[in-house]
Formats: sequence, structure tokens, C-alpha cells
Amino acid sequence: MSVTTASPGTFSHIGYVLRGNPVTLLSFVMFAILIIAAVLGPVLVPYDPLASEAANALQPPSWAHWFGTDNLGRDVFSRVVTATRLDLMISISAVTLSLMAGSVLGAVAGYWGGWLDAVLNRVMDTIMAFPLFVLAMGIVAALGNTVENIVYATAVINTPFYARLVRAEVNIRREAGFVHAAKLAGNSDIRVLAMHIFPNALPPMMVQMSLNLGWAILNAAGLSFIGLGVRPPTAEWGIMVAEGANFIVSGEWWLAVFPGLALMFAVFTFNLMGDGLRDIVDPRQRT
Amino acid sequence: MSPRLRGILFRIAQAIPVVIGVVIIGFVLTRALPGDPAVYFAGAAADAASIAEIRKTLGLDLPLPQQFLIYVGDLLRGDFGQSISTGQPVTADLANRLPASLELTLVALLLSCAIAIPLGVMAATRPGSLIDHACRVLVTAGVSLPTFFTGVVLIYLFYYLLGIAPSPLGRLDFIYIEPDRITGFYLIDSALAGDGETFLAALRQLVLPAVTLALFTLAPIARMTRAAMLGALSADFVRTARAAGLTGRTVRYTYAFRNALLPVVTTLGMVFSFTLGANVLVEKVFAWPGIGSYAVEALVVSDYAAVQGFVLAMAFLFVALNLLIDVTYTLIDPRIGFEAS
Repeated sequence: MSVTTASPGTFSHIGYVLRGNPVTLLSFVMFAILIIAAVLGPVLVPYDPLASEAANALQPPSWAHWFGTDNLGRDVFSRVVTATRLDLMISISAVTLSLMAGSVLGAVAGYWGGWLDAVLNRVMDTIMAFPLFVLAMGIVAALGNTVENIVYATAVINTPFYARLVRAEVNIRREAGFVHAAKLAGNSDIRVLAMHIFPNALPPMMVQMSLNLGWAILNAAGLSFIGLGVRPPTAEWGIMVAEGANFIVSGEWWLAVFPGLALMFAVFTFNLMGDGLRDIVDPRQRT
Repeated sequence: MSPRLRGILFRIAQAIPVVIGVVIIGFVLTRALPGDPAVYFAGAAADAASIAEIRKTLGLDLPLPQQFLIYVGDLLRGDFGQSISTGQPVTADLANRLPASLELTLVALLLSCAIAIPLGVMAATRPGSLIDHACRVLVTAGVSLPTFFTGVVLIYLFYYLLGIAPSPLGRLDFIYIEPDRITGFYLIDSALAGDGETFLAALRQLVLPAVTLALFTLAPIARMTRAAMLGALSADFVRTARAAGLTGRTVRYTYAFRNALLPVVTTLGMVFSFTLGANVLVEKVFAWPGIGSYAVEALVVSDYAAVQGFVLAMAFLFVALNLLIDVTYTLIDPRIGFEAS
């Protein structure tokens, strides 16, 4: 990062964009709320998310239970807040994994080219040839139905986006003047690639990461909605919507609606933030 | 050979490595991953001897390359294996259930195109107007919607609160008899049979799931239409057309819109991929008997062959569709060739 963005104008530019675009500021505030819920949530919630109380089942929202209680009498508010940590953990670790894998693959392919590049492109094309959610289902089914495998599956389906992005960014710079200069100064190929060329790809990567976090959460919640990965009674948004869906036809809406809204809130935050980051990183691409 | 035909053939040739890759991934998912299918197929009560025997009948004791050849041979014969839960060949199951999914997907895509394309065009022709802002909000909110959640909310609103939607269970209420199978699409079959009542009943069941899927696909289509239309409107040929004194309408629709349509068609291919994934979730919410809910049922009982067959079938469908879109392209726009890419 420091190589490309630490010029003195950067912070004033960020400030300028934030002032001009309060929506981006809002998205940062929303992101902070999510992080607080993830870090402190389990401590702050009024009830144990797993403690059932049969006498108090299916109560509509009230002062005692802000989001009502579910069919086992568990407090929906506590469960929704507690679930933030798991959902964010799944998506952030998946996106981090795909970021790392994509960066290495893309940088190598973009810098050295040749048959490596050709093979990598074909592999990425093949992954993209699958409807991605369906491929994730297949991977989880093959690897086994656990939370870690949800992370791996989500990482695999997101890797092509990073690999392509890094490849393009590295490829256009491999003959640049500063690269030749760095090589003449005696830097090895790997060092030039890692320290001089790769950092240029980071700003667009941040945008991609933010957007991907939204997809990753949707993807993970979707997988647990169809019964993969997270198992009951764990609190997780997708599975809570799935459990709540059984009660929606009899009118107990709060079981499914609140976790669904939390999920939407998270995805919306990451999408807004991605658009905002794009304005900061690349003002030309503003839409 | 005309250059256009050569272009199309070249594009078809490009699809071959992707298909090979898909087959390899399918093989890796079935064989090379941890977990022993023989133990799985033998069942819980099997001893070592019967596992070894099953390993032999399944060909799992052969070296991997040889297994791969057998696997490819099976696929070429259309043999995706046997589903454990239904006892049928996976191919037959998929063929049986595919029309339900396609009917839902196509109706949803038609619906979302009918809304998103005019919306995108209007947003682009009146930048900064109310409709432009509405379009922008819709685009950002639309991509944040979890399909399964939209479906649940729609059921609550239209089935429970308003009572105007039928119960969200399948393609047809149980009091109606399925129309005779001609295409497998209930809407078309009942219309062909001249059975208006069944047609309406099928349509009523279809509305909510189709709207759910359409809401999901609205955002990318509207976004792309708006961007493509903005690009086309600022192009030189539009300025020339305006300068030549053509009416605003002719410029917008004959000149700009037709040129903006190409990227929209490309986006449709991508959207179709999302829709195939989202289908799985929507089918689960509405108990829709398509291939998506087939895969979910198979997942629940770890019916391996069925899941793999589903994943492969989806991938082949998607590759074929992209091929079709690209080939259609050369027919729409003579400038497009596939020489260098």
C-alpha cells in the first residue's frame, strides 16, 4: 500500500471523496457496527443464544425480546447478533484465502507468462464455466459437510476474480521503466515482482475484496440455508432464515425476517463500501 | 469458407478446452478427493471384504488415468451414475426435472428483462432525474438481496398477509391434474391442451418464485443497460445523428439502443449463471420440483452421484449457453469476429 498511496494528497483526497459522498461515509459507519457486533456481540447480548426456554416459545417482538423468540424460546436478537462473528469469519477467511491464492497465481502468470499463464487461464476459465454457487455446492459435497469446507469452497470460486485482476495489473507493468530500473539496481525477479509491481495491484484489489465479501457472505449463508456447513443449533443467518421459513406460512415472521435483514445489512455494507472505495481508488471509474 | 463461419467454428473450438476442464473437475470431485466412495456405497454395515469387492466393481482399484478414461466413457454415453435416493439413473432424473427449472428461470429472466432494460434506458436518457436515482438505489439494493430471503418475505406478504398467492408448494396445486407431458413446461402444455384453468393455476404458482428470481437478476441487467446506453449516447455516431437533425426518438432507439444491446446480451449470459445458482435456493423455498431441489435433496442424504451429475449438467448447460450467445453475436453484429482474443 505504502508504495502507491502514501502521498500527502491521498488523505485529503479521501476526505474530499467522503465529504462529497456521504453514502461512502455511511458505509464505513455500517462496517464499524458490523465489526463491533462481531467482536463484542457475544458479550453484549442480553441472552445466551443457545439457551432455550420452552415456555416462552414463538413470542412476537417485545421489550424483553426485541426480535421475539423462536420455536425453542431462544432470543432471536441475541442469536442474530452472535451470528455476526461466524458469518464475518467465514466470509473474511474465504476472501483472504482467495486473495492470497489469486495474488500468487496471477502475479506469477502475469510476470513470467508463457505456458504457466496459458495453463492458469484455462483453469480459471474452467472454474468460471460453472455456475459458481453450484460449484461451491459440489465442492462442499465432495470435501464433506463442515464449516471449513464452506470456507474453502467459497475461496475457490472467488479466486479467479483476483487471479485475473492481478495478472492484468502485473502484466501491463512488467516492461515499465521503474521495473527495468529496479532490475538494473540488482533486485531479483521475485523481489521486483513482490515489492515493486505487485503493490500497484492492491488498490483495485481492495475494491474487489469489499465486493467479494458481500458475495462470500451471501454464498455462505446460501449454502447453510440449503443445509450445508453450519449445523443447528449454531446461530448463523442463513440457517436461521431456513429455520424461520418453516414458520412464515403460519405468520411468525420475526424468526426469518431479522436474520435476513442482518444478512442484507452486511451485504449492503460491503457493496456500498466497494463502490465508495472505487471512487477513492479510481475516480475515473465512478458510475 | 466464409470468415463468419470460420469465426463461429473457432469459437466452438475454444469451448472444447473448457468442456475438458469441466470433465476433469467433475472427476476430481468424484474420485481424487479424500473420502472413499467404496466405503460409502457399501453402506454402514459393510466389512472389509465387501468394501474391497465394491471397490473392484466400481473400478476404484484401477490406476487413476484408467479410471478417468472410464469416467469419460460413461459421460459420453450420457451415464452420470445411479442416484441412491431415487434408484433411477441420474440422467433420467435430471431430464425429468429440468423443464420445471427451465420454465422458472426463463419466465424470471423474461420478467426481469422486461423491467430492467426499459429502466436502464430511461435512467441513461435522463441522467440525474428521479428515475436515474431510483435505478441506482435498485441496482445497489438488488445485489444485496439474498434470494432465499426475498422468497420468504414474498411468501409472508402475499400468501400469509394478503392471501392472494397460492400455498408455496410446487408447480401446481394438488387439486389440479398435471397437463399431458409434451414439452414439460406446464404453461405451454396446458395451453396446448386448451386447458385454461390449469394454465391459470400453474401461472399462479409460478408468479412468486419467478418474481423472487427476477428481483435478483434485475440489478445486473439494469446496471449494464444503463452503462451501455450512456456509452452509446456519448458516442460520435450519436452526435453525428443528432447533428444531422434526426429526431430524439430515432437517435435514442435506432442508433443508441441497438448498439447498447450487445453488452446487455453478454451480461445476460453471466446473469444466467447466477440464476442457475440462485435457482437452487428459490426452488428450496417454494418446494419447486426442479433440478435445484433435486440436488438439495441429494445433498441431504449424501447422494453423491446425483450431486455430481447436477453440477456437471449445470456446467454443460452454462457452457452451451455462452457458446450460443457468442454465436448469436456474430449474427447480430457483423463487426464481431473471434480472431484475436
